[in-house]
Parts: sequence; structure tokens; C-alpha cells
Amino acid sequence: MIRCEGVTYVYQRGTPFEATAIEDVSLEIAAGDAVGIIGATGSGKSTLVQHLNGLLRPTAGRVYLDDVDINAREVDRRRVRQQVGLLFQYPEHQLFEETVTADVGFGPRNLGLGPDEVRHRTARALAHVGLDPAVFGPRSPFTLSNGEMRRVAIAGLLAMEPRMLILDEPTAGLDPASRREILDHIMRLRSARGLTIALVSHSMDAVARLCRRVIVLDRGRVVAEGATRDVFADPGRLAALGLGVPQVAECARLLRERGVPVRPDVLTVDEARRAILDALAGRRPAPKNVP
Amino acid sequence: MDFLRGLMLGQYVPAESPVHRLDPRTKILGTMWLVGVLFATRSLAGLVVLTAFLGGVLAAGRIAPAYAVRGLRPVFWLVGIAVVFQVLFGDSGGHVLFRRGPLVVTRENLAAGAFYGYRLILLVAATTVMTFTTSSVELTDGLERLLRPFRRVGVPAHELALMMTIALRFIPTLFEETETIMKAQMARGAEFARGSLVARARALIPLLVPLFVGAFRRADALALAMEARGYRGGEHRTRMKELRVAVRDYVAAGMLLVVAAIVLLPPSVWRAVAGR
Amino acid sequence: MSDRAPALIRVRGLSHTYEPGAGEPVPALRGVDLDVHRGECIALIGGNGSGKSTLAKHLNALLLPTAGEVIVDGLDTRDRDAVWAVRQRVGMIFEHPDDQLIAAVVEEDVAFGCENLGLPPTEIRSRVDEALRTVGLEALRRRPPHLLSGGQKQRVAIAGVLAMRPRCLVLDEATSMLDPAGQREVMETVLRLRDEGLALVLITHSMEEAALADRVVVLAGGTVALSGTPSDVFARDDVLRRLRLEAPPIVALARGLAAAGVPLPPGLLTAPQLADAVAAAYRRGRGGA
Repeated sequence: MIRCEGVTYVYQRGTPFEATAIEDVSLEIAAGDAVGIIGATGSGKSTLVQHLNGLLRPTAGRVYLDDVDINAREVDRRRVRQQVGLLFQYPEHQLFEETVTADVGFGPRNLGLGPDEVRHRTARALAHVGLDPAVFGPRSPFTLSNGEMRRVAIAGLLAMEPRMLILDEPTAGLDPASRREILDHIMRLRSARGLTIALVSHSMDAVARLCRRVIVLDRGRVVAEGATRDVFADPGRLAALGLGVPQVAECARLLRERGVPVRPDVLTVDEARRAILDALAGRRPAPKNVP
Repeated sequence: MDFLRGLMLGQYVPAESPVHRLDPRTKILGTMWLVGVLFATRSLAGLVVLTAFLGGVLAAGRIAPAYAVRGLRPVFWLVGIAVVFQVLFGDSGGHVLFRRGPLVVTRENLAAGAFYGYRLILLVAATTVMTFTTSSVELTDGLERLLRPFRRVGVPAHELALMMTIALRFIPTLFEETETIMKAQMARGAEFARGSLVARARALIPLLVPLFVGAFRRADALALAMEARGYRGGEHRTRMKELRVAVRDYVAAGMLLVVAAIVLLPPSVWRAVAGR
Repeated sequence: MSDRAPALIRVRGLSHTYEPGAGEPVPALRGVDLDVHRGECIALIGGNGSGKSTLAKHLNALLLPTAGEVIVDGLDTRDRDAVWAVRQRVGMIFEHPDDQLIAAVVEEDVAFGCENLGLPPTEIRSRVDEALRTVGLEALRRRPPHLLSGGQKQRVAIAGVLAMRPRCLVLDEATSMLDPAGQREVMETVLRLRDEGLALVLITHSMEEAALADRVVVLAGGTVALSGTPSDVFARDDVLRRLRLEAPPIVALARGLAAAGVPLPPGLLTAPQLADAVAAAYRRGRGGA
């Protein structure tokens, strides 16, 4: 669905503050996929995702949406942004309207839709993130809790009915229950509406839960790419890149170090439990991924 | 969105140089002195001397000339307009070069326009050299110290300096925030540079409301953080860095005096000096 | 706990009610008791709105009790003359790295608190140098803070507090905006300070961080709902879930393994602890076979 070819972006060219944010990045995200984009702070993740909906124009290289170069002169960038929704970090800081309904309706209004259609989409989008439009719609967004504001901001993007959603740290700063709720809603959107998801996150547990594939960035370059399971099976490498590892994967690594033959590619508590029980019972782990 | 960053040109360029090391008070007063000299100058030769002097300061401050010119670019427009006004509406006497209807261009006016325009550029250049080589902290410290004697007549020197410090500290943060909010709203289909003036003004609401809400949130958080670190106004407060005037400051002051003398004293005086 | 040396901070029957300009008064804390000892790390956890941050602000007199009392090193926070001494003894680090740095250069920011204490310039200089060394940021002393990483900014904030020579550090969700490397940086720094005798109060949403504390206090609806060692608290999964919290994945994994009959000791909190215990069980199993 989206393809980057050799994308490079240089900030503040021609000044003493010139800096290359990403360099020669090529990647592809297929429709319906769920991809995690991970990397330490300053690795260029945020710069990269802003190229995917045309907010930044590459210094070199091209970005294609359905095989159309989105930076070509004749392409309507607004249509690109409607199709590829981008949720910024701390999106609750971008709410501005007097009511939740009006704020969520901002995107659809910008698309030039009629009032009835705007109302429908707003209600639908709020329902998608688990907020009752009748209860929350008339309230001021500034009276909501952090988790609720975050969900209103997500609804604001969903109301544009994008085909792809890019989420930059959607759970940062929330309590565990709010984190779980938001991840659950995103998972449901993917399965129910076939939304393509790109998740930018430091939370490896969130990436492990949500994403089938991960792309690892380091200092502006793609340094690893593959199935989540395979990438996370090498915790030492991730740690060297300044990244965390899901705690259970770290535990599996430590067990192997201590001579217990646990399969390394575990992502969830459940998988880890089964893998450890297998090892203790002397059952051989699945041959895949075992050196 | 690079235009927001563009506005920030003319900012401090960190480097180790004799100009950077000068006491900020020397640089503030020196710049004011130069501006005064510029206004008093009547001769082209004076401007040439001052240009050479500023060029020398730039070189001593390790600032690339190309970068300095870039920093001046926004001013060129202003200078252009000033020159056109001078040429078109100055005194109509003198050698006429061009005439069409009420429009009269004389050689004298053209020369005067170029002179004033160039003087304006030098004026901006002088202050830019100061901001290139003086960090905001030093600038604030310098101003606070210069204003301190006026406390007795009710000038809140400490409070003004603190306000400036905080403003300078948060300008980059606010720029980043503006950029993020603009992009976030554009991701929801907002347009900031399209349509009539009214439409553009309305389009600013989704930018300004979150920006103000954010600024207030930050102000609250900052006030709390300052209180938590024992801030209670200027009383009882001491400073880690005390400004101290060094030999190089006297040297700089001496050079400024010499430049002013060269530019401002009539040639007859110099002839007299040379003739003796 | 009270049979040890007297507590550094003693909170008794603390209640706090916010009185907004319009609308109903909001009770945020109701009758909280808490002791913080020297060299002890307490994790304060709870869902959004449980009163954690309100409690934190009472520890250095940013808020004053509606009822009850907070005694810091023998000083009552309600005593107007003691406020500055209290703030010197208890330092606060806040959530947003950007919103607590005041000056446009790192070392100037670190000096801010000392300048407020009215110390002589040479004394401030040596304290600033020492504090920057402690957090490992001497090399960045002349940088403007906005060019630092989140973890570095928080370490600058910690240095600014350390230069005031406090007895206790309160971190109010100070790692929640950082990446894993930044979180590690900050946690390693403060745990080292704890080992040197500083008291720590960590307010956190991260259960992994809470597992590193000596004691975990769970707040809910403005009262203490649970309190004890991390293993005691995380064993109460039912209560935690009701309070919008959850045990760290390692604790859940250990519980799952124990339920399946793996002989594990209680109180496993971190990946290395669990790995050691499972490896021991594995060796015993092989030895027996």
C-alpha cells in the first residue's frame, strides 16, 4: 500500500544546524498489515512517518501510495492525508473545539462533507474508541481524563475514514488500564475494519502485542526488518540499539544463558509460560529459530 | 515547515573566539555606541570604515560571511522599500536622471537613497553580530547588571531578566510545538496557506487554541517547578556567575572609540594631527 | 517500620480538598498515613486520579494539608517559616522534561536552586560541578537544554535538585515521557543515590519500576489501598485489576508457572530472578531424572 524508495531528509539545509534525520530509507507496508516502527530517540522514526502522509517532502527519494508518487505536482496532498491518518504524540494537546463532537468533526468538515455525514461519522468514530457519543459528544474535551482525551484524538482521525493509521506513541504517559484499552481498540479496528496499522513505540510489549512485522531504525537508517517474533528473539541486539525488549523475551534469553533450552521467540506471557513448561518437561521446542 | 526555522536565523552561533569571550555588557554598550556612530555619520568614507570594522569583528568572531548575509536577508526587503521612498519622494532639486509625470529621479536622491539604505543594513548587521556572538543567557545577565542601578527608581531588573531568560528558554520549545500542532491539524485536513484572508484567519483557530492552552499548561508547570526549587523572587538570591570586566573589554572599548573618532571627526582634525 | 530510626518524612491523617473557583470542592486525599525513611525507595502507584501527584506535592510544601500533617525532618510543612527549609530537603522531579528547566544553558539551570538558597558564587560553582559529575553530564554543561535527549534533561533536573543537597527525591512520573534507554539512565542514577542514603519516592505508572522499590504503596480514591513489599503487593492481582493496575509481566509469568506446578519460591519480580529460579528447578528436574 505504501512504499518508500531511498528516502532521505535533511533538516535546516545550508545552516550550521544542518542535520540528516533519515537516510536512504526504503520500506513497504502492505494493506491490512500491522507494522511496528521502533528505534531509540533521534533515530528518525517521527521524521519517517511524517513522510508517509506527505507532511514532509523528502530531500531525496520517493514515497508511493498505491503506486502514485504522493509528492508529484498533480497529487492532492489533502487526499493523501485523508487516506493515511497520522496520530502525533500526545494528541490530546491538539484538541481545540468547545465540544467533543465538534472536535472529532473537524476532519470530516475539512473534507467538505455535509452536516449529516459529519454527524454520522463523528458518532461512529467515537463508538469505535469506546466513547458513547450521547454522553461524551456534548462535553468539553478539556474536562476529560487523559486517556479519554487521547481516545477523542484518535476518533478525530478515524472520522476521516482513513485506510491506514499511523500511531506515534499512542499509550505514552497513561496508566496501565488506559494503555490496555487503547491497544484493544486499535486491535479491534484492524480486525473489524481492515485498517492498516503502523505503530511507532518504545513500548516493546505494545509492539509485541499489536504488530506482525517490525522495522528497526538506528540513526536514520533501517537496520533490521522482519517478523516481530524473529526480531525480538535477539534481545542483545535491540538493547545495543538503545531499545527495550519485552520482559518475557528477556527472561527467555536469560534462561538460555543459564542452560535451559527455552525457545527464544516468545512475545507474550502465555507463550513464555508454555515455552518454559515445554523446556522443563524435556519436550523439544519447535525446530524453527533454534540455533 | 522550514520557514519557522528560517525565522530563527540570526541566532547565537556557539564558538570560541575573542568576541564571544567579551563581557556581554561591553557588547551591549558597544553595539549601542556603534548604532549612535552610524546615525551621526554623514560621509561615505565613514560607512566604509564601519563596514571594515564590522567585517573585522565578524572574522574575529569566527562567523562565516555567507551565513551573516543569510541572516540579513529578511532586512533587504525593508531596505529596498526605504530606498525607493527616498529616491521618489526626496528633495526634487539636483541633476535629473529620469522624469515621467510626477515621478522625478535625481542623481542626488539616488545617492542619498543608497546611502541611507546601506546605513540601515549596517545598523542591522551591528546588532546581528552581537546576537551571533552572545548567548541569550549572557545577554540577559548583561542587561540585568546594566539595569541594576535603576532599581532604585522602580525598574524591576531581576524580574525583567528572569522573564527574558524564560522567554528565550521557551522560544525553541514553542516553535517546535507550533510546528507539531500545525502538522497534526494538517493531518486532519486543515489548510493554513489557502483561501481568502478571512478563511486564513479562521484557519488559525485550530492552531492558536491548542497553542495557548499548551502555553498556560507549561507556565503552570514551570511555576510549580520553580517553586519546588525554592524560588521566591529576587530577594535573598545570589548568582553563580559574576560578570567581570577583563583587559580585552578595555581593548574593545578603545577600538570602538578609535573607530568613532575616525568616522566622526572632520578631516581637518586628522590633517592637523598628521601635519604635526 | 516505626521501630527503626525516626522517619525522615512522616505523613499523618493527610487530607486534601481542591477548591476550584466554580463547582464542587474535590477531595483528592482522605486520611493518608505514610512514613519515608532515609535510604529507602518507595513506589507510589495508582490509576489516574488516585491522588498520587497531590500526595507528592505535599511532601515539599507545594500544597498544604486541608487536614492532618506532613512533617519533614522535624519541620511541619504548615509552618510558614519552614517552607524554604522543607523545599531544600525534599527535591521534586516532574513528568515533563521540558517544563522544569528554567535556564537556557545546562549549568545555569543546575545553579538555579542554589541561587535561590542565596549561597556564595564559589560554593554554587563547586556544588554545580559536583552535581553534574554525579549524574554524568559534565560534558554537556554549556549546552542549551532543548538540544538534549529526554533522559539527559531529566538528569539535568536531578542535578539541579542534588546541588541543593536534599534528603529526599520525589520523582513524579519522571520517566513516563522517556524512551527505554532514558528510563534506564534515570532509574540507574536515582537508585545509586538511594544506595548513598537518599530517600526516594517514585510515583510511576510503570510496574517494572515499582518492582525495583523497597516498598510499594497503592493509592486509590485518595486513600492507601495496599502497602507492602513489591512481591506482597503484586501478589494481590484481584485488587490491582480493580484499581486499574496490573502486575508486571514477570510476576504474571511466575504465577502462571507456579500454578502449572513448577516449584518456584515466592516473591520473584524481575527477569533475572525468575530465570535463576526456573534454571534451578530445571537442574533439580534433570538431577532427579
